Amino acid sequence: MPKIFFDQVSKSYGAVEVLPPFDLTLEDGEFTVLVGPSGCGKSTTLRMLAGLETLSNGEIYFDDRAISKLEPKERDLAMVFQDYALYPHMNIAKNMSFALRLARVSKSEIDEKVLRVAKMLNIAHLLDRKPAELSGGQRQRVAMGRALVRDAGTFLFDEPLSNLDAKLRGKMRAELAEMRDTIDKNMVYVTHDQVEAMTLGDRIVVMSDGYIQQQGTPEALFKHPVNKFVAGFIGSPTMNFLDADLVEERGLTWVRGDGFMLPLSDETGKRMADAKNRNVTVGIRPSSFLTDASNGAPMELKVVVSEYLGAQSVLITRCSETDVVVETQSAQPLQTGSVQIFGVKTDEIMVFEKSSGRRL
Amino acid sequence: MQTANVNRLTPYLFLAPAGIIMAVALLYPIGYMIYASFLDWNPSQRIGEAEFIGLRNYLNLLGDAAFRESFWVTLKFAAIVVTVEMLLGVGLALLLDRNIRGMSLLRTLFILPMMIAPVVVGLMWRYMYHPTVGIFNRTLKSLGLEPIPWLSDGNWAFASVIIADIWQWTPFIFILSLAALQSLPQSAMEASRIDGATGWQQIIHIKLPLMMPVLIVTLLLRLIDAFKVLEVILVLTNGGPGLSTEILSLRISRTASEFRELGEAAAMSNVLLILLMILTFAMFAYSKAVEIRTARLRAAAEETAI
Repeated sequence: MPKIFFDQVSKSYGAVEVLPPFDLTLEDGEFTVLVGPSGCGKSTTLRMLAGLETLSNGEIYFDDRAISKLEPKERDLAMVFQDYALYPHMNIAKNMSFALRLARVSKSEIDEKVLRVAKMLNIAHLLDRKPAELSGGQRQRVAMGRALVRDAGTFLFDEPLSNLDAKLRGKMRAELAEMRDTIDKNMVYVTHDQVEAMTLGDRIVVMSDGYIQQQGTPEALFKHPVNKFVAGFIGSPTMNFLDADLVEERGLTWVRGDGFMLPLSDETGKRMADAKNRNVTVGIRPSSFLTDASNGAPMELKVVVSEYLGAQSVLITRCSETDVVVETQSAQPLQTGSVQIFGVKTDEIMVFEKSSGRRL
Repeated sequence: MQTANVNRLTPYLFLAPAGIIMAVALLYPIGYMIYASFLDWNPSQRIGEAEFIGLRNYLNLLGDAAFRESFWVTLKFAAIVVTVEMLLGVGLALLLDRNIRGMSLLRTLFILPMMIAPVVVGLMWRYMYHPTVGIFNRTLKSLGLEPIPWLSDGNWAFASVIIADIWQWTPFIFILSLAALQSLPQSAMEASRIDGATGWQQIIHIKLPLMMPVLIVTLLLRLIDAFKVLEVILVLTNGGPGLSTEILSLRISRTASEFRELGEAAAMSNVLLILLMILTFAMFAYSKAVEIRTARLRAAAEETAI
């Protein structure tokens, strides 16, 4: 399996530059997830890798081999499409074996491979059906199976789960995660769903507006986002952002906003020392709140909506004019309309430059 | 109570005009024709005066060598023109299904012939086929070749009407094929590229099979049209020389107007109608069966869904 390297690759449609030049390395055997909102260029990146789109500039290398001029079939890859892209007129066995038949693999070998993959994906009983005769989830599996039968070096997934309903999506996501560990291949996975990205990726590449915002392990992105976009995109429920000013008082650095004043941890505070602009955006994850105010910096919030989910509750609260989402572990539903004092874990507070969104 | 009744009647009220037009414009003439085919009727009689002779018109047809010849000419004509037109039309569509500058102009030019009135097409080709001043024979002559008896020899005349028909109707298949091609699922094409299909393999394994439903309907439409063709041949050869180009519709028209056998002509029309209806129903039944099977299996799959 090759190491894949994008060298100053860019893409324009006419005068419109959708992807400014970028570098990106996908390590051998890694499960890489390209994630971002729609229109961020993640699918275009994948399609350039697949050979379905041309590059406007730059080059893609598989190890040391330049591949941007090669036909898709010469790149040793298999792809799963968002709408599955099954061949409607062929039965499932024919769909899965199409590439092998074109490659003139012997019939016995084809039958054996198709059956093995079909059994693995639990679709062996569907082999003589047509795609239109299958449910969405089954079609999804067939699309997956068609890619697996190929035994290619690199697997590409273009939003493979987005056409499924929520329950099925969760199930397929778990199966994919399991498959990821048993199959030692390069996998490149495009999605707009950060949960999929977090659960599947060895490495996540967050994209927005054609730029790579940050790449790293799920943990690194969650704990150390480089800017407000990544911080807001990764994590569910999403991070709360509040406008504030930096102030020095009693030997500590504080963030003071409309209705709250929170101290920063020493480590964060030190980094603020050279911040020229004192206007900042404070980011607090919903999970950084504690119902017990004595364990953190106190913050007064009015509970507006309480979504009681059993083991935990998601509260929508209001701090002055701004909505703040709070995730609590308490088994007790909180009274809607009441004003509560929550504790904020000060070492989890993030501070972003207000103008650029850059993390301070 | 009354409002409920009126409400229930509303849809029928809206359908009524269409129903009446259907009855007057379609069912009445067909019924009239079917009835007439059981009569020994010549144009000087009113229909009520004609003698009822049961199936004798149909039996006469079986023994009528000229009718059988005409039937055979029609079958030959339809089979040849539709085959050639399908091959050319689909081939052109596959060739021109791409984005090159000027392609839309080219496509428009390609479909011009079918917009010309058939009588005009007939006249145009008759002049081109003219033995001495026609473009074909003049060209042959200037090349030092023998002139061809385009319309005066039986075999050549048959070939000539076929050429004219192909010229006029290939565009019809071309535009329908092109529309089918352009509405094919793009991702299936891309998947086949990733699976390693070459251009030819894409055409054979993916494009043609996926176009098939449209192609079948197109084929059927052209077949029906080819069985009914009249004007071009009427103008070009009027069925001659001999009976070499006398297709069924010409025979019917001559039986009615020249031989003054309205009942016989009606019987011929009915034979043609039955033939076309069998073709059409077979096609509908087939596609319906496929549809039902697919829906059933899919419903079963959704029920036991994973």
